[in-house]
Amino acid sequence: MMSRASEGSTPAGKSDHGDRPRVFALVGNPNSGKTTLFNSLTGLRQKVSNYPGVTVERKEGTAIGQHGEPIRIIDLPGAYSLNPQSPDEEIMRDVLLGRRGDLSRPDAVICVIDATNAERHLYLATQVLELGLPTIIVLNMTDLAEANRIQIDPEKLADKLGVPVIPMRAHRRTGLPELRIAMSRHDLPASGHSVPLPEEIHGMLEKVHASDSIHARHAALYAPGKARQLLDDNQAWEDRLIAARYEAIRDLCEDSFRRDDVEVTTLTDRLDSLFLHRFFGWIILSAVLLSLFLMIFYGGELPMQGIEWLFGKAGEVVQATLPPGDFRDLVTDGIIAGVGGVIVFLPQILILFFFIGLMEDSGYLPRVAFLLDRFMSRVGLHGRSFIPLLSAYACAIPGIMGTRTIENPKDRLVTILVTPFASCSARLPVYAIMIVTIFPTERVPTLAKAGLLFGMYALGTLGIFIFAWIFNKVLKRNVTAPSVMELPTYKMPSLTSVLAQMWERSRLFVRRAGTVILGISILLWAANTYPKSTDPDPAVQAENSFAGRIGHAIEPVIEPLGYDWRIGVGIVASFAAREVFVSAMRISFNVAEDDEDDAKSMGELRQKFRETTRDDGSPLFSPLTCLSLMVFYVFALQCASTVAVVRRETNSWRWPIFQFTYMTLTAYFAAMMVYQGGKLLGYT
Amino acid sequence: MKDSSQPLSRLPVGTRARIASYLSNDAAFRRFREMGMLPGSEIRIVRLAPLGDPIEITVGASLLSLRREQAEMIAVIPEQESVTRP
Repeated sequence: MMSRASEGSTPAGKSDHGDRPRVFALVGNPNSGKTTLFNSLTGLRQKVSNYPGVTVERKEGTAIGQHGEPIRIIDLPGAYSLNPQSPDEEIMRDVLLGRRGDLSRPDAVICVIDATNAERHLYLATQVLELGLPTIIVLNMTDLAEANRIQIDPEKLADKLGVPVIPMRAHRRTGLPELRIAMSRHDLPASGHSVPLPEEIHGMLEKVHASDSIHARHAALYAPGKARQLLDDNQAWEDRLIAARYEAIRDLCEDSFRRDDVEVTTLTDRLDSLFLHRFFGWIILSAVLLSLFLMIFYGGELPMQGIEWLFGKAGEVVQATLPPGDFRDLVTDGIIAGVGGVIVFLPQILILFFFIGLMEDSGYLPRVAFLLDRFMSRVGLHGRSFIPLLSAYACAIPGIMGTRTIENPKDRLVTILVTPFASCSARLPVYAIMIVTIFPTERVPTLAKAGLLFGMYALGTLGIFIFAWIFNKVLKRNVTAPSVMELPTYKMPSLTSVLAQMWERSRLFVRRAGTVILGISILLWAANTYPKSTDPDPAVQAENSFAGRIGHAIEPVIEPLGYDWRIGVGIVASFAAREVFVSAMRISFNVAEDDEDDAKSMGELRQKFRETTRDDGSPLFSPLTCLSLMVFYVFALQCASTVAVVRRETNSWRWPIFQFTYMTLTAYFAAMMVYQGGKLLGYT
Repeated sequence: MKDSSQPLSRLPVGTRARIASYLSNDAAFRRFREMGMLPGSEIRIVRLAPLGDPIEITVGASLLSLRREQAEMIAVIPEQESVTRP
């Protein structure tokens, strides 16, 4: 079981565990081209799930071996070392050691090494080899290495390590057939290579051996790696062990990697002097970010309208075919509207992940972080938080999903927690109707209206910075953060990788978040429909429904904010999605929706708002109430989809519940300060 | 030898230097060593980010970005022009 080398009798292509397909773990440093290789091996036969209890993603796929047999491949998170400094790296180590209960120890390992940076990549590779599993080394990006005047001798390396070494070119399929052949080998050897230990540590290792219970259970090859793991955890020897490993690596590289003694200016050097230039760096970054934002904001608009139209039509068809009744209403207003409400996010998610995929795969994304890190670190965030936050101004859903490019778990969590403060496009209809209600259009210049709108965006941004700063202080203790960041070599992005990522993200969103969103949509539909009132007037029905009753019930709570129960209904309904506020108000104030003329029905609603008074005869929608409402919408987390996505991304209900609570409380007190403060100052 | 060492953060862009020691025992610095920044290793300051922080350095064939506050914890010995490079 321990070494495949001794099992010559196993027929090729068959696992020695009966008919169970063999399991290969795919490991390597971040940016080693591991993911691209995984995609080429498995195509879209991939499955993404979460490792239980952590937010690390578990990627698995099926490759076809040389004899047509299926081979399971587990794509482990990228890691620099077996001494973990992040949850990702911890998972990687634990899987390789067979320590995880949910996943048995892989049968063999494919370890990817970047040939242009062999020494550093061999650091992890030699650690992995010492674990004693049959291993294939993939020497990736040999074409780039040649361009950098590095001469490579894979055979020499294979000789020294005692495992197959397969040269491969970046993004090209050369080497793939050879890898398949090696993967189907039933006599795949484990490496006998191990880094000689410094004297005094060697003595200690003997002791560890004897006391290591895992060693007692498993064969000889496995234990030294495990025992060495224990040693590596000892701080005092750390330096010597790392140095010893690098010395051994220099021996390995001496014959197999020969660097010409000329200074080579690489493509990466030249691109960086442009992309990280004091002046042009900013121009290029602004252009990239602007096109990203415009694409999400406007490019997503047309497909989103198309989707809304399609689901509207589907609703009409059902309306025409089914007999009137609650069931029909459930199908049209609950299910179809709910499914539509899920699918409608897809265009923006696809666009964001197209951009992120291109930037990640080409190597530009870490440069963005490099340029912006100083700015973001002022509030305790990382440069990598910038792109998710920026995209959240279009929609928080893709923004939160985009936080997975942030390596540090704490930075990632803080970013997720503050992201929904960015004023997304769903807030615009609310801002718009409130602004036109505040200002009588006839007299007020457009500039004032635009200024007020800008103020709302600025307020949300302020919320991001303040709370990021607070959370950074509070969450600091638990995590040590290595904030050294690699700037990988640039390479041509692979379209397959980008498309695979877009496909995977959309699928996950629909499957995981979609079901929650649909459930909440149906629940909210029911709250707005039941109990039924006998009065055909929709305004009476709205008041009589659960949502209406909740509106009444919370009136004492929202009164200090300047709202009455009718606004309460709008706020309650908005917890599904903010833009629902406007249609809820239409129902409450009995203003028919005019599909043909949006401006006209907006105008009518505004007129109605102006005429509505409180019991004492003063106007309900006074400028102060409108302002207080807008401020409430800036801060409150009124978006079921966001809650569902945060649940999915943090893998627990704890964080979405916390986020919902603190944001809504912030909204409440901020709105109250506006209303009460304004009243104190004598405004109405 | 020890006297000529100074924090990595003070080096001007383009300087080559050898790492002397780490001034902090923080576990976070282990990753720096594992990425090849061992005492004795040669590094070069490639550039500063346009906002002055972080600092980009090269170690072996890697380009690394580190924040100024960490660079202050790494003592280096700048290579004199007169010293012949191998």
